Amino acid sequence: MSFIKLLFLVFASSAVLSAFMMVTTRNTVYAALYLVLTFFSTALTWLLLEAEFLSIVLILVYVGAVMVLFLFVVMMLDVNTAATREGFVRFLPLGAGVAIIMMLEMSLVLGPKLFGLDVYPAPVPKAADYSNTEAIGSVLYTVYVYPFEIAAVILLVAMVAAIMLTLRRRPETKYQDAAAQAKVRREDRVRMVKMESETRVADIAKQGDGA
Amino acid sequence: MAEFLSPLLNLFPEGLRELILILIQIMLVVMPLVIAVAYTTYAERKVIGYMQVRIGPNRVGPIGLFQPFADVFKLMFKEIIIPSAANKFIFFTAPVIILFAALVAWAVVPFDDGWVIADVNAGLLYVLAVGAAGVYGVILAGWASNSKYALLGGLRSAAHKIAYELAMGFALVGVLMASQSLNLQDIVRAQSGSVLHWYWLPLLPMFVVYFISGVAETNRAPFDIAEGESEIVAGFHVEYSGMGFVLFMLAEYASMILISALTAIMFLGGWLSPFQGTFLEAAFAWIPGIIWMFAKIAVLLFLFIWFRATFPRYRYDQIMRLGWKVLIPVTLVWIVVEGVAVYFKLGPWFA
Amino acid sequence: MTLDALNLMPILPEIILLVLACSILLIDVFMRAGSRDVTYWLTQVSLVVIFVAVLSGMSMDQRLSFEGSVINDGLSDVMKLAMILMTSMAFALSRSYLKDRDIHKGEYYILGLFGLLGMMIMVSAYSLLLIYLGLELMSLAMYAMVAIHRDDIRSSEAAMKYFVLGALASGLLLYGMSLLYGITGSLDIAVIRQAVLGGEIPKIALLLAMLFMLTGLVFKLGAAPFHMWLPDVYDGAPTAVTLYISAAPKIAALAILMRLFGDGLIGILADWQMLMIVFAVASLFIGNVVAIAQTSFKRMLAYSTVSHVGFILLGVLAGTADGFSAALFYVLSYGLMSLGGFGIITYLASRGIEADQLDDLKGLNDRSPWMAFILLILMFSMAGIPFTLGFWAKLAVLQAVVEIDLVWLAIYAVVMSVIGAFYYLRVLKMAYFDKPLITGMPVRSLDMRWVLNGTGIAILILGLFPAGLVALCAQVF
Repeated sequence: MSFIKLLFLVFASSAVLSAFMMVTTRNTVYAALYLVLTFFSTALTWLLLEAEFLSIVLILVYVGAVMVLFLFVVMMLDVNTAATREGFVRFLPLGAGVAIIMMLEMSLVLGPKLFGLDVYPAPVPKAADYSNTEAIGSVLYTVYVYPFEIAAVILLVAMVAAIMLTLRRRPETKYQDAAAQAKVRREDRVRMVKMESETRVADIAKQGDGA
Repeated sequence: MAEFLSPLLNLFPEGLRELILILIQIMLVVMPLVIAVAYTTYAERKVIGYMQVRIGPNRVGPIGLFQPFADVFKLMFKEIIIPSAANKFIFFTAPVIILFAALVAWAVVPFDDGWVIADVNAGLLYVLAVGAAGVYGVILAGWASNSKYALLGGLRSAAHKIAYELAMGFALVGVLMASQSLNLQDIVRAQSGSVLHWYWLPLLPMFVVYFISGVAETNRAPFDIAEGESEIVAGFHVEYSGMGFVLFMLAEYASMILISALTAIMFLGGWLSPFQGTFLEAAFAWIPGIIWMFAKIAVLLFLFIWFRATFPRYRYDQIMRLGWKVLIPVTLVWIVVEGVAVYFKLGPWFA
Repeated sequence: MTLDALNLMPILPEIILLVLACSILLIDVFMRAGSRDVTYWLTQVSLVVIFVAVLSGMSMDQRLSFEGSVINDGLSDVMKLAMILMTSMAFALSRSYLKDRDIHKGEYYILGLFGLLGMMIMVSAYSLLLIYLGLELMSLAMYAMVAIHRDDIRSSEAAMKYFVLGALASGLLLYGMSLLYGITGSLDIAVIRQAVLGGEIPKIALLLAMLFMLTGLVFKLGAAPFHMWLPDVYDGAPTAVTLYISAAPKIAALAILMRLFGDGLIGILADWQMLMIVFAVASLFIGNVVAIAQTSFKRMLAYSTVSHVGFILLGVLAGTADGFSAALFYVLSYGLMSLGGFGIITYLASRGIEADQLDDLKGLNDRSPWMAFILLILMFSMAGIPFTLGFWAKLAVLQAVVEIDLVWLAIYAVVMSVIGAFYYLRVLKMAYFDKPLITGMPVRSLDMRWVLNGTGIAILILGLFPAGLVALCAQVF
């Protein structure tokens, strides 16, 4: 067994195991952390496939951004674990049945007969200066530019939808308008008043004397 | 390096040699880094002291030079207090994660031409990804402490890191476009020529945004709302004492140095001499590149300290506004400008 | 290949739509809150613009572009025109409804336009990737639109249900697609078609892929036994949104059903035909029988949608050109009828009155004989009374089914339509012979009246002279 294969087995089993733990654990924060571990293990298996760009982007986007926000939400939730387990026993036979059928179907199809090494030979290792990132970039912006742009539009729609559903201007909350603050001029706040300087009564008297 | 160490390496069996070599390289980076962290804390206290017309630490050793060691020993012998309702496993893992993230990124940082542990093609992405993983330390520390202040600190940190990571990522896209490479060594080499060839000039907005985001990413003043001692005591690490606290401090300063090093590499020409391309080039040729690199890191670190002594802390909403509404749009606009410049091969940077 | 070498002309209407939608989005943001009518009119103008753009490039030949992943043919062009028209009608019919409920937001139109963009991408998609992306774009816009009345708990519930089940269906579809990609090695339907026809592919994997994709798609279409979400979503969503999601998206879904199964997987016609028969039989039964028990007009129409989906599946499962053109004809006429049906609800619903119960239609003839007449046309057409549009549609589908020797299925469908006729006619009984519970008619804007009257008249005329539309539908295959 080569070292690469050993690594693959370690990462793959860690991915499967943490995915399983994610589903079964009771603590929601743990579940999120197991999901992070799943992503990490998956990213590492991709790294073994010499797909370093996808692998790092998986960590950057899912581990670095998506799951952080997920944790953010999960930590603020007060999940009643007892309620979520209600009816577990009742639905267990049905769920287990579906799961077993799915497993059987998948093993039927995804076995070595259809996806074995003789059908999909191992890719030839690329030279050291081969840049995965460049290769992906060059097809992404030519052959797949249309799907790529559509994916961007999907994200735009998600953004519009999220803002529409959550933006709520409450008249009673006080906002700080940074633009208005920056636009303030001295004239808006301070009025310069030219005044004759006051003179003391004694001076007036003195002036009177002089005159 | 392999030739230099070959007598030592020959003591080990064939299969282990590579591993040993890597371990030695790692030690060569990490040990000086820890020393540097120690003296950064000292420098911070001294510099801020003088800025506030104080003397700073001056009791341990001559002009207080041994102060960092005194601090470390003090903290090491302190009792480790575990909050009774804390989640112990995560409570202890969190500082390890944060330190891990602060150290792992050094693997791809080149100190001089060829002086790098791992010469990775996608080095820039790697740095970003590892930085992203560091957020978990802060959030988990906040959550596992089971304390209101700590949780608030963790949540604040999660939100603000994501905002600034985006700006940071976009700034790096600018660097990537200019150098046409994700490899940190190639990025430095692409800047050679003169001071004016360094990317601080053509990518000035990116440089500023990157450094500001870097300050924010490391939870330093004026972006230190995750600690925010005047509001939430000490934020995410309020429940940590002794060694746990040391790890957080170590990680914070190590990532400060890392951000300075990365800024130096990406915008200030890394190990390149500032006199390159001038009549002084030959006169200063004897100085090795690593010295220039350290000098640039030191200048940037001084800025970190200077900021802390100068600026009042931002409020949470102000941080969000700055990140989302100022820094990200600036980088987006500059990416477009740069795209045009690259397309028309505007010299001397994009030729 | 470089970016300059790309020919963007085949997707010009989509590009124009995207640019216009983004511009309207920006304009809407900077508009004062009271002036959403501007957004509405801008939207209608952009719909006219892309209608013209599609029309000017229209041709019955098959044109492949983007390395074979985009297809423009008669089917896609006819469908695009119909979808643009129906979207525009849906917007016209829903403006006053939205205003009365204080949810007249610019996002309704903008999301509607983005949804339309997704549908247009779907109908000219010729690769699994584009089909999936188009479907997601459309679905995402629709989930958000269902939730547009945020303070209404039923609307939020409907959106949640729609989103969760829709995501599940997408997952199934995507799983099937990934299997299909794995065994054929290509995302392009043309290549998949050749591979499947070649018969080299292991049958079991192919069947499993087909099963997942069909389940996912049928889920999205709302055919029984995967129809449970449909009545809740149609009923819970604001009627303006129901209008939108009931008409044009069905056309787009039919398009990918035809491309994926009628084209890509035509090599295993016998296998998916059997499954579709099951879905069609179940839909016809559930749609027609459960609709009888409804007291809500909106819910009744939702169940009738399930039965209409059954009929559409009947056309597709024939697997012949006649069957496909029958299904196209059916979906176009269904779209019109559904717009009319929900349009009547938005027409009658004024501030504070939802008008979505059957009781609200009582005595409509006394309140407005013209409205009652339009309702009459619609109900006759939906029931399939001879010499209405719905009749010809049903007839075409049944002919296609009989042609492939499934006579029992045709008879079953006729029996189910007869059962269905009962509840359509009950509506008319209420409208013509019962005493009204509400008096007076709401005053409606000119565009809304025109569109609703136009729908009724169009259904009437197309019912009397269906030859043109039938010929068009036959021509595209």
